[in-house]
Amino acid sequence: MADILVYSEKQDAALELVFKGKELGAALGMGLSATVFGPGAADSAGALGAHGADRVFVSEDPALEGLGVDVVAEALAQVAREAGATMILIASTRRGKELAPRLAQKLDAGCVTDVNSLVLTDGSVVASRYALGGNTVARENLTTEIKVFAVMPKTFEIDGPVAGAGAVVQAALTLQPSAAKVVSRRPKDGDAVNLDAAERILGVGRGFAKRDDLGLGEELAAALGAELACTKGLSDFGWLPEDRVIGLSGAKTKPDFYLAVGVSGQIQHTVGISSAKLIAAINTDKDAPIFQLADYGIVGDLYEILPALVEKLKAV
Amino acid sequence: MDIVVSVKTNLDLQMIRIKNREPVLEAIPYKTGDLDKNAVEAALQLRDAVGESKVIALTVAESNRKVRETIKEVLAMGADEAVLIVDPALESTDQAGVARTLAAALQKIGSYDLVLFGEGSSDDYSGQVGPRVAELLGVPQIGYARKITAGGVGVLVERSMDEFIETLEAPLPAVLTVVSEINEPRIPSLMNIMKAGKKPTEEWSLADLGLDPAAVVSSCETLSNLAEEQDRKNIMLEGGAAEQAAGLVNALLKEGILGR
Repeated sequence: MADILVYSEKQDAALELVFKGKELGAALGMGLSATVFGPGAADSAGALGAHGADRVFVSEDPALEGLGVDVVAEALAQVAREAGATMILIASTRRGKELAPRLAQKLDAGCVTDVNSLVLTDGSVVASRYALGGNTVARENLTTEIKVFAVMPKTFEIDGPVAGAGAVVQAALTLQPSAAKVVSRRPKDGDAVNLDAAERILGVGRGFAKRDDLGLGEELAAALGAELACTKGLSDFGWLPEDRVIGLSGAKTKPDFYLAVGVSGQIQHTVGISSAKLIAAINTDKDAPIFQLADYGIVGDLYEILPALVEKLKAV
Repeated sequence: MDIVVSVKTNLDLQMIRIKNREPVLEAIPYKTGDLDKNAVEAALQLRDAVGESKVIALTVAESNRKVRETIKEVLAMGADEAVLIVDPALESTDQAGVARTLAAALQKIGSYDLVLFGEGSSDDYSGQVGPRVAELLGVPQIGYARKITAGGVGVLVERSMDEFIETLEAPLPAVLTVVSEINEPRIPSLMNIMKAGKKPTEEWSLADLGLDPAAVVSSCETLSNLAEEQDRKNIMLEGGAAEQAAGLVNALLKEGILGR
């Protein structure tokens, strides 16, 4: 029986894919395998089994330390052959996104990265992703025997454990150490932010006349309990760091509330906010595209509206 | 050091309009990939730092007309030579087909120490071609480079991951992909634009690379490609600043965003 194989270096993302894999496997009559690699792999394996994987392949082979992309791709290819996997789900983190195509090339497989939905259509799994710079969503069907999908984290829900526990299997791998050696690794700078997980986000754009004025945005973000984010344009000015950029080349967020301040609404930015539950926008230009995407819109000068908003929020 | 930079020509995505959810692609001008220009700039800086090096721009397209301006632009930026792979069979290929073509071209070029790519193309941003080429060539790959230095066993790369900054060291040859923060691509001077036309440019077909058109047939079938439907309330809050601010705060209370 053909299997679906799940891998992510991030446990939450792997659990998400296990849930989706279980659903697809049930519909397609396929089994579900998961993999965990590197030091401590055995400790994480149980949770994947408890959440629906029939088999969890683990390896603590020293070659996997540092998760070099060449070695992880080779390890996954060996597990895929062992498990008879014809569909491989990987989380499209930065690591996953460079891994998926290398693995696909090893297996002569088709691959879709940055997938934001997987839907069973006429017996095949159709993957959606943004195309044409975010202007459109393409629905892709891979015609290769083996298919690799790199799925954006937080695309699917994680549910509780299921009845029964999958078997933990020691993977028999033959690996060489990575050709690229990790010299050092340090966390990103102190104010690093995880926009993917933020529930409220205030996004600032080029409606701000100068860098010092961003203080107005920061003040409102604090009053709203929101993370501050920005457009690529603002980060290119050096006003805010790259990890606060939302959009095609930045974070794709799913907050409960997104407030766009001085953001025109170019598609390169809005692809990162279109999944927000509620969107409000403040802009001086009544024809700005951002208003098409907004539930609530304010045409006005942010230099007047922001202080007024801070005052009203203090009274709530 | 021989540095090959892969560049892609895209439609100018800012010019695309949507009509009944369909993208209107007629009469849209072409544009060189944004991150590809960062890769070219990185190659030029590395060439000048190492000395006795050259930069070859490599591109793949279905027609010469499509990539002409891109090649002129990167040669004007300072690349030393260009290699174009042009074949009508490439019109409907996928990332695997492009990777196969590039890998065959690199083998024909023969000498490459570093192969640079943008982290993704401006249009699809799939990030597939670099890693696939690395696998086909059997060489190390390092993605998301934000600083590249020659030295050590070959190349030292600082890269930007989701939560970490990593420094990796790899022997040559190697495939690298770059992020936009690595540099600010130079704008060619008029003088360099004039000189660009005189630089050596090779044009090869798939047959010249020993590839059959069947090797580049796409295995990715696009079932539809439409603009997203957004179902938003589009309520405009009127009045003066104080009134509008009050309106938004009330809306957020009503929607359950505030006051939970």
